[in-house]
Amino acid sequence: MREVAVIGVGMNKWGELWEKSLRHVFTEAAILALDDAGVDKIDSMIVGCMSSGLFVGQEHISSLLADYLGQVPVPAARVESACASGGLALRMGWIEVASGLSDVVLVGGVEKMTDVNGNEATYALGTAADQEYECYHGITFPGLFALMARAHMEKYGTTREQLAMVAVKNHDNGSLNPLAQYPFKTCVEAVLSSVMVADPLRILDCSPITDGAAALILCPVDLAKKLKKPIVKITASGMATDTIALSSRREITWIESTYQAAKRAYAMAGKKAEDIDVVEVHDCFTIAEICVMEALGLVEKGKGGKAVEEGLTALQGKIPVNTSGGLKAKGHPVGATGVAQAIEIVKQLREEAGPRQVKGAKVGLTQNMGGSGGSSIVHIFERG
Amino acid sequence: MEGIIGYGASIPRNRIKVEEIAKVWGADAPSYKKGLLVEEKSVPSPDQDTITMSVEATKNALKRAGIDPREIGAIYIGSESHPYAVKPSGTVLAEAIGATPEVHTSDFEFACKAGTEGMFVAYGLVKAGLIKYGLGVGADTSQGAPGDALEYTAAAGAAAYLFGREKVVAEVLETYSYTTDTPDFWRREYQYYPQHGGRFTGDPAYFKHITGAAKGIMGKAGLKPADIQYVIFHQPNGKFPLRVGEMLGFAKKQIEPGWLVNKLGNTYSGSSPLGLTATLDISKPGDIVLIVSYGSGAGSDGFVLKVTERINEVRDLAPKTRELLGKNINYLEYGVYAKFRHKIRKAE
Repeated sequence: MREVAVIGVGMNKWGELWEKSLRHVFTEAAILALDDAGVDKIDSMIVGCMSSGLFVGQEHISSLLADYLGQVPVPAARVESACASGGLALRMGWIEVASGLSDVVLVGGVEKMTDVNGNEATYALGTAADQEYECYHGITFPGLFALMARAHMEKYGTTREQLAMVAVKNHDNGSLNPLAQYPFKTCVEAVLSSVMVADPLRILDCSPITDGAAALILCPVDLAKKLKKPIVKITASGMATDTIALSSRREITWIESTYQAAKRAYAMAGKKAEDIDVVEVHDCFTIAEICVMEALGLVEKGKGGKAVEEGLTALQGKIPVNTSGGLKAKGHPVGATGVAQAIEIVKQLREEAGPRQVKGAKVGLTQNMGGSGGSSIVHIFERG
Repeated sequence: MEGIIGYGASIPRNRIKVEEIAKVWGADAPSYKKGLLVEEKSVPSPDQDTITMSVEATKNALKRAGIDPREIGAIYIGSESHPYAVKPSGTVLAEAIGATPEVHTSDFEFACKAGTEGMFVAYGLVKAGLIKYGLGVGADTSQGAPGDALEYTAAAGAAAYLFGREKVVAEVLETYSYTTDTPDFWRREYQYYPQHGGRFTGDPAYFKHITGAAKGIMGKAGLKPADIQYVIFHQPNGKFPLRVGEMLGFAKKQIEPGWLVNKLGNTYSGSSPLGLTATLDISKPGDIVLIVSYGSGAGSDGFVLKVTERINEVRDLAPKTRELLGKNINYLEYGVYAKFRHKIRKAE
């Protein structure tokens, strides 16, 4: 297998992009990535997108986007693993380059979510849960994560305030990210008094509905060296699955797929959790960040809430988590999220993260998750 | 100079509280109250509709203007709840006030700005010298689907304005309209309840058009927010007019006299016109007043008015808007409200 490098990243401001269509949002990000890499031709393209069919009534987007990017007849594939579709696209692009099938691969992620109303968006997102054993009984994602939160609070004494502190931290970081959808700061009191969504989760515990795209250019490290580009290597890609239905899991406070994906990634990169300098995790809800930190081995099981309270994961903390603002503040266009996480880590390792820069970061990790943890994808990045 | 010679309001006495609606739908009332800044809304009685409220508001306007209704040359009712799809509302109003037959009448529809449209055209005809007096009315018994966010605000009310050249209460110094094709809220034929684009009704719709119209008319009139005593914006909920006021540089005290929505709800075509009747009720001679409506689809009409000495003579000749809003209130339970709003259908 060949070593793989990221040589280009591209992303525009995320938000409610009513004046732009899916293809427009995607091609903007893809062109920025091509420009950043200094290439204009690609050998293949992988796009992560969860549900363009339900959100904008368009399938077959791999060819559509290759066309609008001016890249036909390159092979192009659209991959889906719910909210981990972006992470899966990165993994598939990595395999494409590592295997020698392609040299220059564009990995993109996109979701256009605001062309439908709130009920339709909730329905589309709900398809990432088990239709027959979860959705038919009326539960939606805020409800599933609320169950996880309540259980975590009961079992480990995690407090309502600690959940709020995840949102406060991520909005603090997001306020330093000009591409974030909600770059405002907030405070614990504001989170605790925001609109109730699914007890104990309030609106400021939830990631938003977002339009956005993100793109990366991958190539073999040898080629990257010839192009004289700043090199960030992808030194591991780990993926794992779990039951889609939360009720089928042994422990609803433990995200086994993330644990398994991380275990594989750590082994592949020859790293341990304590070797990681900066982390982007899938904080679709505040409780998710706490559970994921535990499953990644960044903190002990049950200690996620306390770690946030103690500032361990703050920008200046021992292990900064979600320096981009996370899904919470940066936004969560589901198919694009996994790719954008990689962009933040690449920027950190290139020392291009501006006021969010983690000094001397050499090793970074991304964790992208589908549904309530039915799939997880972990990548490890290192400075070339 | 041409301007408003009489104004009048009509508000049903029935109210329903946000808590009462939220209770039925299992919704979190404090969240709605905080999110919308609305506590209760008006509800029309079974015998009240756009026409009856227009008649009441117009009679109040006639009391203040003191003119002979037979001299009214044009009557326009703006509403999205005209009782008939085919058959004008304006003819009933014209007949009821004794303005027929020598009068031009038409019904207007442009979501929540149909009222200011009627005012705009009535004023235009007076200014052109084609008619002596013109009447523009904004009235609605607005529809909101049961359980929809709109149900907490969709209310009923009417405001009527008579325009003329003499005994003017408020001179029209400037007018301005700002229109684009922006589908944020709509109701197709044969649909009973409107649909809306959720958050799309905010920035690209309400805020874009109101700021566009407000900046346009202030620029045309050479005015800054500080030159204006009072300002009225369309009030779909409590928050939007306060936020758009802040965006434009107005202080809360300039907005508050016409900000009725927390106790009235959104009276659609009657919304900003009723804000103006309440504002004229407390205005002093010389005050400059700005009104900017908003109608989905989308557009905003603006008027800059200058209140004259005449206000002191006419103010008390008809009920004041805040009196109508605050007195003789009858709170409804949801069941009665559902009956009044024809949400319950009896067997044939």
